[in-house]
Amino acid sequence: MDYFAQQLINGLVLGSIYGLIAIGYTMVYGIVGMINFAHGDIFMIGGFIALISFLVLVSLGLTAIPLILLIVLLVSMAITALYGWTIERIAYRPLRHSFRLAPMLSAIGMSFVLTNFSQVSQGARVKPVPPIITGGYTLHEGAQGFAVQLSNVQIMVVLATIVVLALFTWLVSRTRLGRDMRACEQDQTMAALLGVDVDRTISMTFVIGAALAAVAGMMYLLYYGLVDFFMGFVAGIKAFTAAVLGGIGSLPGAMLGGLAIGLIETFWSAYFSVEYKDVAAFSILIVVLIFMPTGLLGRPEVEKV
Amino acid sequence: MSATSARPSHAAQPSGGAFILKKALISALVALVLFSLMIGVRTEAGPQGGLIYWTRFGDLAAMVATVFGGSIVVELLRQWWGPVDKDSIVPKPVQSAISFAGRWLAPALLVFTFLVPVIFYDQRYILDLSILVLTYVMLGWGLNVVVGLAGLLDLGYVAFYAVGAYSYALLATNFGLSFWVCLPLAGILAAFWGVLLGFPVLRLRGDYLAIVTLAFGEIIRLVIINWQSLTGGPNGVSGIPRPTMFGIPLTPGDDGLAAKLGIEFSPTHRLVFLFYLILAMALLTNWVTIRLRRLPIGRAWEALREDEVACRALGINTTTTKLTAFATGAMFGGLAGAFFATRQGFISPESFTFQESALVLAIVVLGGMGSQLGVALAALAMIGGFELFRGLDQYRMLVFGIAMVLLMIWRPRGLIGHRAPTVFLERNQAISSDLVKEGHG
Repeated sequence: MDYFAQQLINGLVLGSIYGLIAIGYTMVYGIVGMINFAHGDIFMIGGFIALISFLVLVSLGLTAIPLILLIVLLVSMAITALYGWTIERIAYRPLRHSFRLAPMLSAIGMSFVLTNFSQVSQGARVKPVPPIITGGYTLHEGAQGFAVQLSNVQIMVVLATIVVLALFTWLVSRTRLGRDMRACEQDQTMAALLGVDVDRTISMTFVIGAALAAVAGMMYLLYYGLVDFFMGFVAGIKAFTAAVLGGIGSLPGAMLGGLAIGLIETFWSAYFSVEYKDVAAFSILIVVLIFMPTGLLGRPEVEKV
Repeated sequence: MSATSARPSHAAQPSGGAFILKKALISALVALVLFSLMIGVRTEAGPQGGLIYWTRFGDLAAMVATVFGGSIVVELLRQWWGPVDKDSIVPKPVQSAISFAGRWLAPALLVFTFLVPVIFYDQRYILDLSILVLTYVMLGWGLNVVVGLAGLLDLGYVAFYAVGAYSYALLATNFGLSFWVCLPLAGILAAFWGVLLGFPVLRLRGDYLAIVTLAFGEIIRLVIINWQSLTGGPNGVSGIPRPTMFGIPLTPGDDGLAAKLGIEFSPTHRLVFLFYLILAMALLTNWVTIRLRRLPIGRAWEALREDEVACRALGINTTTTKLTAFATGAMFGGLAGAFFATRQGFISPESFTFQESALVLAIVVLGGMGSQLGVALAALAMIGGFELFRGLDQYRMLVFGIAMVLLMIWRPRGLIGHRAPTVFLERNQAISSDLVKEGHG
């Protein structure tokens, strides 16, 4: 039981990170109707920028950890958001009205560019950082010396996810921008006719999605204590799987899918084999899609004749 | 450049020196922020395990200057060229020129390909490269059946390539079967896996289909990596036998082909043989595809690509249509995989990553969805172009990614955006690929 509880905690933390990335996929898909293959790499860039800004801040002589973390968060969100904006302008906007496969391939190309850009500029080796946030709580002292641990990093990851999600939900449901985004999601032409700046709204979608990915990247750095140039691909595919599992285009679905993938992976590793955890995650995706072809919370597609 | 030279529809676009300068300045500023930390600061694990960093402001300045200059050049070019032509209906002269080129380019290319081993007999590198290009031509033509004809977006095509390669490698190393026995077996096994993938995705459409095929490709790769007792895991399978010329090995020994023909042995013979082998296999793929397109099943694929609902209303069985498309495409992938295994003599999971799937898909889309000649040209451009950057080593994939983005922006409909119709009333007219739907299956 203790072991189960521990895995539950680990799975939820991992799932929060996936969920944060998955929201970026789902947002872009909801509005532009395209899979942003570069999103996983934006997450990776976010992790790198968090790492570098952390190093620079520490060497500048700052010692207050909360202040450093706040600055790192803001810097990595800002710069990564600019990455999202630039990528949309360069690779996706010219292909907005093109046929569906073209933007998808330019997104795949962009993903290669980002992966290799960070490999060339920062080297191929894994970048470890010493634990920044240490300590934690022992929730339950079990038999045989096994204790259920809840570390401060885990608390922070979950708290950050909740705060970011609350802010994001407020943004989508209460602000002018959120209204524009929902309008564009329904019908871009109609939204444009009613005075919504579609280009700007789409740009902002990419900016917000990238900022969320940056938060996820920073949480990943804090939780696992490392970044490397290839992590975007794996995490990206998982988060994309999560978005599809939850029903692509649905925001609560993305979070739900993220948590589901995180839990499946953690429990599979804990009770079966670590090697096949990704196979398990992908197989469950396929099984779910067979029975629910539009994901857990997706709207059924209407066939137009 | 004055505003008057711009086309009327784009006359509102501002121009002039001040505008260009402003745009370039903004680009440079954006580049400065983007690259500030990623290029300006270099991190590395220090000797004590901790991270150290040093600054590279010179490189950063160079990058920002490049972006500034590049932005000016691009803007000038754009104003000089005018807006990109968006006309979807092909003008008459272009149409006839294309059909003329299409009529002569393909046979000329084919004759040239046949002569490659004769012309470049001494240049081992070029022979190697052309074998590689032909492998991708075959893969592209195989995937074209699934994506180009049936409109089913497959992001995990490399899985079938892997199935074919491992089928041959394992059958040959464990049971000692010859290449010619294994080749059809590899094709059948891959087709079987294609049907197996086809079943769960029958109800899925568009992007759900894309992610399931992607997941399938990853599952196959992960199983290959982890099932060490069978596949050798990350170490791969080595010692895969070379193909024989219908039983006669191409070796320097007494029973080798050279000895039997009474000529001096040369390792180039094997390369030439491999070249003609893959050429024959690629041409077989092409021939089968063209023949199938004329048959009811091929027309059902194209109908499925255009409109699934109408397809069902017409009484076409979409289940068998989709499954045959997956199976046919997968079979060609498997055959190409068996060839790959015998050419390399060694295979490992590293050869079957998502990157390969993306590359083959890029070849199909760049070729122009359904155009056989286009796919061949795209394979030549992508693989050949990729080879040009071999010296750049770590920058190669970076350049490749940039090229992919630029090519898509430049020609979203592919190199050859027109193709001959399968059936026509009275007169054969080129079909613009703007009229072709895609990937909704």
